[in-house]
Amino acid sequence: MDFTFTDDELAFREAISRFLMVEAAPEVLREIWETDSGRSPDLRHKMAEQGMTALSVPEECGGMGLGDVAWSLMTQELGYYGIPDSLADTAYVAEGLINDLPESIRDRQGWLERIAEGDVRIAVGHSVNPLVADAHLADLLLLEHEGEVHVLSREQVSLEDNPSIDSSRRLSRIRWEPSSSTRLVDSENGRALWESALNRGALSAAGQLLGLAQRMLDLSVDYAAQRKQFGKPIGSFQAVKHQLADVAGKIEFAKPVLYRAAYALEHADPLVDVHVSQAKLACGDAAWLAARHGIQVHGAMGYTWEVDLQMFMKRTWALDPDWGDRGFHKSRVAAHVLMDDAQLGPGHTFREA
Amino acid sequence: MDLTYTPQQQAFRREVRAWLADNVPLEPLANCDTREGFEQHREWERKLFDNRLSMVMWPEELGGRGCDLVEWLIFEEEYYGAGAPMRVNQNGQLLLGPTLMEFGSEEQKKRFLPRMAASDDMWAQGWSEPNAGSDMANISSKAIRDGDHYVINGQKTWSTRALFADWIFGLFRSDPNSSRHHGLSYLVVPLNAEGVTIRPIKALNGQDAFAEIFFDNVRVPIDNRIGEEGQGWRVAMATAGFERGLLLRSPARFQHAARRLVELYKRHQTQADRDPTIRDAVCEVWAGAEAYALSAYYTVGRLSRGERIGAEASINKVVWSELDLRLNETAMRILGPRGELLAEAPAIGEDAGWLEGFLFAQAGPIYAGSNEIQRNIIAERMLGLPKS
Repeated sequence: MDFTFTDDELAFREAISRFLMVEAAPEVLREIWETDSGRSPDLRHKMAEQGMTALSVPEECGGMGLGDVAWSLMTQELGYYGIPDSLADTAYVAEGLINDLPESIRDRQGWLERIAEGDVRIAVGHSVNPLVADAHLADLLLLEHEGEVHVLSREQVSLEDNPSIDSSRRLSRIRWEPSSSTRLVDSENGRALWESALNRGALSAAGQLLGLAQRMLDLSVDYAAQRKQFGKPIGSFQAVKHQLADVAGKIEFAKPVLYRAAYALEHADPLVDVHVSQAKLACGDAAWLAARHGIQVHGAMGYTWEVDLQMFMKRTWALDPDWGDRGFHKSRVAAHVLMDDAQLGPGHTFREA
Repeated sequence: MDLTYTPQQQAFRREVRAWLADNVPLEPLANCDTREGFEQHREWERKLFDNRLSMVMWPEELGGRGCDLVEWLIFEEEYYGAGAPMRVNQNGQLLLGPTLMEFGSEEQKKRFLPRMAASDDMWAQGWSEPNAGSDMANISSKAIRDGDHYVINGQKTWSTRALFADWIFGLFRSDPNSSRHHGLSYLVVPLNAEGVTIRPIKALNGQDAFAEIFFDNVRVPIDNRIGEEGQGWRVAMATAGFERGLLLRSPARFQHAARRLVELYKRHQTQADRDPTIRDAVCEVWAGAEAYALSAYYTVGRLSRGERIGAEASINKVVWSELDLRLNETAMRILGPRGELLAEAPAIGEDAGWLEGFLFAQAGPIYAGSNEIQRNIIAERMLGLPKS
């Protein structure tokens, strides 16, 4: 039993955090929003140089060969700095799906190599999400059709743009025709692939939500320490303190739930579905509370476009229902807890106990 | 990261499980807030001690097994999973015990720890006073030096099961001219000493669950002081940290209760589902107990990396106390009109026990430092917000 990260994992997280602090500052992201594509090839290139696209690509394909546990730290940084969807979707969710493909599939290795190099954007369309993120720039789309895995180029689909309140989002409804020429994996083998992809997508969103919660808490603590009313910083008042203390509590208690879910996915735990859903719910809760209490602590400033809190609140509201909304994840938890022979109670937290 | 148990840890789990299966009383013991129940629990504690299971983390020479924190979590999981009796000497074993190990002299350790592990001595706490509750630094009970003794005068209150206990530990003002957290000393006092009067306080459950203690020229030798004279605050803060932190409310206790809640819900599902929020509450409580267990293992991992737990102990206290409330409130909602029934009421049948848990849960956010105080600590020490 060793519920810790390695020094290497922690050092990598630290390096990514320092890099994003400089390269993805809020003013940079706001400028990128205003561009036609909403994406910056330059920033993407720099992130690839840092190794962010190669994290879980196998070493023989030019990657670092790390897994979901390492991504549970990385996704928090992506959330903390409000990095748009495409990076995690390509380098984590799509990479995981491609990595799980049978090795007999001809293009598998080439795709993995291109992901590691950072010169490909892949959008993932799963039926749990009515819209697909970042399809407008995708070199490749991995799409679900009744459990089958289809691969299409952008030219093979038609996109309907659906603007979101989260200015970093680029969402499309996709029209496309599944055919035998687009089908990569049949439904018999595809369903398990999509189940893992869904869990990976949900964990990606959960990690980002936890990072967003921490960012909103940090912004709110800074604001409460410098904003004065009645001659004192508002952060000295108990009513303000307690709102932020509750956010800190939610964040601290969501972390191990996220990490255990990542471990379960990486090690193919039979209870991975319920563990991932617990993580998604816990991280979503933390982020919603951080947004609600964050805007309350910011007062009217929190309701403005100008103050950066808005970027992280809106991303929270957008990501929380991504890869399964609360109803979806609560149903999976309830199915486990209420089934007839459920192994509940002390001693059943970890699998083989 | 490796979230599997070693073969040794699994063997330890099997050993504890087997022993408990053979030894846990089939009939529940009497309520430990009564004299009869208290003594039954003391007997149970002695049985645990005789098998070196009362304080598994303590070294072998003190009657323990030298277990690490993971093994302690395993022990707790098996203990609560087996429905074993409440640990009636926790005040001593979990709060004073670690304090003695850190601040006590060798002589004090020898004198108190083995008897504590065996529950030959039962311990009560002496922190709160009528005018020192959340504001603990306002303590006014005095312990004035007279040769090689202290002479204690004053009053302590809210002391759990002090009516039946043998000793009390707490803070007393040894410098009469001091104020706040200066000039306090940490003393242990036998409750049968001349000049000690214990007056029971009837708790919400109608039992003499706690007491106020009056000290009238009570003389204790200076050997009964833990740590330096005037340094009591620092010693006490360490104890308060243990209490709020991992040890006092191990996750297994709530996981066991959450499992019972799921079973209660399933027994009464038709009735419960008329309120569609109950099912969700049951699942949330289960997930909350699991999150608390995961947090405990994660904390153990952090400690093993040499990290220190600071204000996070306060988060723990808020979380377990509010989880316990939600858990028992949900049970009361499932029971509906039978929720009010005492355990001896025929109509409550196999659903007995929730009312007692519900009442006790009301105290959780108050004792061991009220949750308001905990939230102040989180905000000031963890988030760095300014003091009011």
